[in-house]
Amino acid sequence: MKNNLLLEIKDLHAWVGDKEILKGINLQIKKGEVHVIFGPNGSGKTTLLNVLMGFSGYKVSGKILLHGKDIINLPVDERARLGIGMSFQRPPAIKGVKLRNLITTSAMGKDDLMEDYAAKLNLTGFLDRDVNLGFSGGEIKRAELLQLILQDPEIIFLDEPESGVDLENIALIGEYTNILIGRHQEPEKGKTMKELYRQRRKSGLIITHTGHILNYLDVDIGHVLMEGVFACQANPGEMLHTITECGFEECFRCFRKEKEHGE
Amino acid sequence: MANNKDIQTGDLDLSLYHEVAEEHPEVADLSRLSSEDQKVLLMSGIDTSGKERSGSFFQKDHSVIHCQTNFDGAEIMSASEARKKYDWLKDYWGKAVPIDKDYYTRRADEHQQHGYFIRSMPGAVVHYPLQACLYLSEDKLSQDVHNIVIAEEGSKLNIITGCATAPNVRSGLHVGVSEFYVKKGATLSFTMIHNWAEDMAVRPRSAVIIEEGGTYISDYICLVPARDLQMYPTAIIKGKGAVATFHTVLLARPGSLMDVGSRVILQAEDCKAEIISRAVSTGGKIIARGDLVGEKPGIKAHLECKGLLLSDQGVIHAIPELQGKAANLDMSHEAAVGKIAQEEIEYLMARGLSENEATSLIVKGFLSLDIIGLPDDLKKELNRMIDETDTNAM
Repeated sequence: MKNNLLLEIKDLHAWVGDKEILKGINLQIKKGEVHVIFGPNGSGKTTLLNVLMGFSGYKVSGKILLHGKDIINLPVDERARLGIGMSFQRPPAIKGVKLRNLITTSAMGKDDLMEDYAAKLNLTGFLDRDVNLGFSGGEIKRAELLQLILQDPEIIFLDEPESGVDLENIALIGEYTNILIGRHQEPEKGKTMKELYRQRRKSGLIITHTGHILNYLDVDIGHVLMEGVFACQANPGEMLHTITECGFEECFRCFRKEKEHGE
Repeated sequence: MANNKDIQTGDLDLSLYHEVAEEHPEVADLSRLSSEDQKVLLMSGIDTSGKERSGSFFQKDHSVIHCQTNFDGAEIMSASEARKKYDWLKDYWGKAVPIDKDYYTRRADEHQQHGYFIRSMPGAVVHYPLQACLYLSEDKLSQDVHNIVIAEEGSKLNIITGCATAPNVRSGLHVGVSEFYVKKGATLSFTMIHNWAEDMAVRPRSAVIIEEGGTYISDYICLVPARDLQMYPTAIIKGKGAVATFHTVLLARPGSLMDVGSRVILQAEDCKAEIISRAVSTGGKIIARGDLVGEKPGIKAHLECKGLLLSDQGVIHAIPELQGKAANLDMSHEAAVGKIAQEEIEYLMARGLSENEATSLIVKGFLSLDIIGLPDDLKKELNRMIDETDTNAM
């Protein structure tokens, strides 16, 4: 099943200055799989996505294999062109650059669907506004979704997709996140749903503090990130339940216990 | 002004330029100009079809070769002819920009070859802009012009002027005195686009006098290299409730010096002024000046000066100044010089844009002012110009 692997992370470390943030991350994401990473603030979730995307400001070591090819030294834009897309938690506002202009410059030929998806995401009036300038939390997330749907990446990183989003927006964001990661499956004649699910080709890596997005999205595997390492891998639904009931305190407790045993 | 120490000789080597130009024949229609010339004009804001213009004026070197008005409420002609035609013009000539103000104003007076005269009649609403082009087609020629614009009481007037050099010209001198009179309740939008050869020296000397309730909006755009550009237009607000706005967009490449400012002197109560400039240097030097002088109560004025420095060789020197001379006025400024935030570049790169594409998109966004008070078509035209600006140098 090796050829089914889309993204493989091997012993990934990252430092900001002298401070080690990621301390040996290992992760495998197969084609069609969606993973979620839970973790308390400061555990290294955003750093992990930033390092996978190739942003500056980190010293890194280890391997990031996309289709078996190590991309750890590639610049951000080459990673994007190889099929990685990312939805930012707090993207910068870019004065004077209209959202329409950004999409037509970057959407890799899919901008003919722009008006259509903008209307579906209630963003029609936003196409002629400066990118993210004065957007509310929900508007930012919807604009990110619009850009990513048109970019059509193979693997999608979502950084806190529900943060700053009000109740009115969360269902819409959930719906289009499903479309983005290819989980929105309509029945088709002549094929069973099982067969259709097996055809899924898109993968996702979602990081979340609260886990609310899981009410709208089915994910396959859950992880807990603690102090720069994965502390746990389990059923994401159970994980969310535990974290909601007991908080990350329970994760810390478990993490320390296993660490003691390990040593 | 800092560079004008010597009123006798000026600050440029004038032996580089010659004074006598070949006379050019008139053209009935700007669309009959050569395609090279038309291309330059298009990038200078001039519509050679003249379709959506109320009138056109075209001066090539020292000859006015085309002049036409399509609208009864406005007129456009050579300033020298207007001076012969209208005796009353002596009440305006040299009144906003004194002839002996500096070396270049004196020089323009002594060497003047035309320039344009544009006037909107009282109460006239001139829907389509009038366009004027000052064109230099001979290398190392000096062109000295005197322009006069009068927006009569209650009129509305839009003007687009393009100052440009023909593709074969590398060097030259352009000296232009421009005097603007905005009468009671009138509105004048003046858009000036400079499209010079890289070795040009340019010395505009402009002043605006605004009466009660008048509005003056200036947009100045220079996105091409000019070796040495120095200007500091001044608006004097003389009547209550009048408004002056200056927008400036500059791009300096290596080897360019742009010393450009705007000044508004608010001499009446309840007046407003706004000066906004955007400067980008890819290696040239930009001095971005701004000066607001508030002399009466109830004045509101703001100055905003932002610079993007894309190269260690470049210099952006922002000099914002405020002078308040009465109680109960409100004046402010903000100035910022910096580089593009890495976060913005990487955000765009995450969408698949290369670093150069991302930089270029951000720079164009920075330069594209959302200009208030201009016709939509003109806004589109200006943004198109910014879009088409050569990004290789960025």
